[in-house]
Amino acid sequence: MRLSPDSIVFFENTFIPLNGTILFTWLVMALLTLGSWFVTRRLSTGPHVPRWQNLIEIIITLLLGQIREVTRQEPRPFLPFIGTLFIFIAVCNLLSIIPGFQAPTGSLSTTAGLAICVMVAVPLFGIQDSGVGAYLKNYIKPTPMMLPFNVIGEISRTLALAVRLFGNVMSSGMIGGILLAIAPLIFPVIMQMLGLLTGIVQAYIFAILAAVYIAAGLQVHEEQAAKVEKS
Amino acid sequence: MDSLTLIAVASIVSAAFCISIGSIGPALGEGRALAMALNSIAQQPDETNTITRTLFVGLAMVESTAIYCFVVSMILIFANPFWNYFLSKIGG
Repeated sequence: MRLSPDSIVFFENTFIPLNGTILFTWLVMALLTLGSWFVTRRLSTGPHVPRWQNLIEIIITLLLGQIREVTRQEPRPFLPFIGTLFIFIAVCNLLSIIPGFQAPTGSLSTTAGLAICVMVAVPLFGIQDSGVGAYLKNYIKPTPMMLPFNVIGEISRTLALAVRLFGNVMSSGMIGGILLAIAPLIFPVIMQMLGLLTGIVQAYIFAILAAVYIAAGLQVHEEQAAKVEKS
Repeated sequence: MDSLTLIAVASIVSAAFCISIGSIGPALGEGRALAMALNSIAQQPDETNTITRTLFVGLAMVESTAIYCFVVSMILIFANPFWNYFLSKIGG
């Protein structure tokens, strides 16, 4: 029973193994990049908007709205990172309906990579916003005794991000395979529909949690700005 | 029973118990959280978006414990160090 696309190996070298995860990730990257390039070649602001441009505008507007409400700040600086997270994970999970395509998010490598990106992005955004000293003071915020708990909390929430996405995508793929052996024809289709739904929900949760963690690291800045406004 | 069989039996049984008992608590907690969220949506329908978003973030937090149990089960089944060690001794 195949656990993840890691076990489909196309090409093995001493340096670079080419397995299914990498290949499908490249496929999704090519699809997203080429698709966006095609759509944005001729942008129009007139009354007649081409439908693909309309679709992309809808997605961007929704993302901006969600990021604005979660972080309570100007969402533009965060849009590239969080938008990419959401769109990549959503497209990966949605494309699993195509026969022969194994979602690369069903491999712990991909989800761990994405979670590590979030773990690195949180201090980056925090330091860019409020400076190194003010950000590091966040770790000893309630009392200096909380320092190990804050650090452990950061590591464990990164781990939880990775394993949550991996577990959801992998189990939805696996249950389809198991049900095909037990009760074929109708029930696997229903489980696949449920898999699509959880794929979108997990993409949303991943992106929103990333936004929440980044916003939590920015709290210092918002309180200081409020103090400056009051005085 | 030699040690290899013992390790296999212990790993399988404990993996099953781990994930089955470990998912009871988070499931109950998430059900409660969902019930409260539905209650507050009924009381304040205008705030549905905020409530839904906070619900999702909270559910993700509560689910962490179930995820830790799942990780332990997966390790016991697929990346069991004791099994690998004894298997290598039998083979070598």
